[in-house]
Amino acid sequence: MAIAATIRIQEADFDVAQEIAGLSKGRTDVGAVVSFSGICRGSEQGEPIAALTLEHYPGMAEAEIARHADEALARWPLQGLTIIHRFGRIAPGENIVLVVTASAHRQAAFEAAEFLMDYLKTNAPFWKREESARGTSWIEARDHDDAATARWTKS
Amino acid sequence: MKLKYFAWVRERIGKAEEIVEPPAEVRTVGELIGWLAARDDAYAYAFEKPTVIRAAIDHAHVKADAAISGAREIAFFPPMTGG
Repeated sequence: MAIAATIRIQEADFDVAQEIAGLSKGRTDVGAVVSFSGICRGSEQGEPIAALTLEHYPGMAEAEIARHADEALARWPLQGLTIIHRFGRIAPGENIVLVVTASAHRQAAFEAAEFLMDYLKTNAPFWKREESARGTSWIEARDHDDAATARWTKS
Repeated sequence: MKLKYFAWVRERIGKAEEIVEPPAEVRTVGELIGWLAARDDAYAYAFEKPTVIRAAIDHAHVKADAAISGAREIAFFPPMTGG
């Protein structure tokens, strides 16, 4: 049976424990839940930062994440999937992104969560700008993120 | 068609979106970048490294050789840094 992913693009914070419970509570078909939380670090390249501001492309962000959620649901036998990505100003220690996957067995849940995070990093239309004592600057994309995404391409 | 700009592309151009009507000989995303870059210094600065610029047509990623015919909304932005 096909399940629908829950996808939210929001400015507000979210409760990781509540989102995990939402995919497993009261169910007996879920044997594994994997969650990945992306959290704002207090430093970038060794320099302290005051906050990150995430800009996004409304409409495309939802569409792009939905495409990858559909691909994950087609590739792995998932019983539940939740993806949340925040935008706006985010202080160190606060949540940025959450991926929760639920499956009967751990391998599918682990792999699908990693696949989704790799694609979110390189394909979801979000851009981080950092604030520090030196002013504000856009964070540059990293080559190793592209390499991480490329390994999921079916040959 | 509507154009949208994000992150430093938006900052360099100085606007988030605009309506444009490129001439008929501008057929691809890459040609549209070239046409925009020739407008003035701000556009030239935004598109100074065309290979770095990412594009989307109607909310889907496209390459520079994608045809722009029929597009409602085309967006230009730097490599993404979410997640």
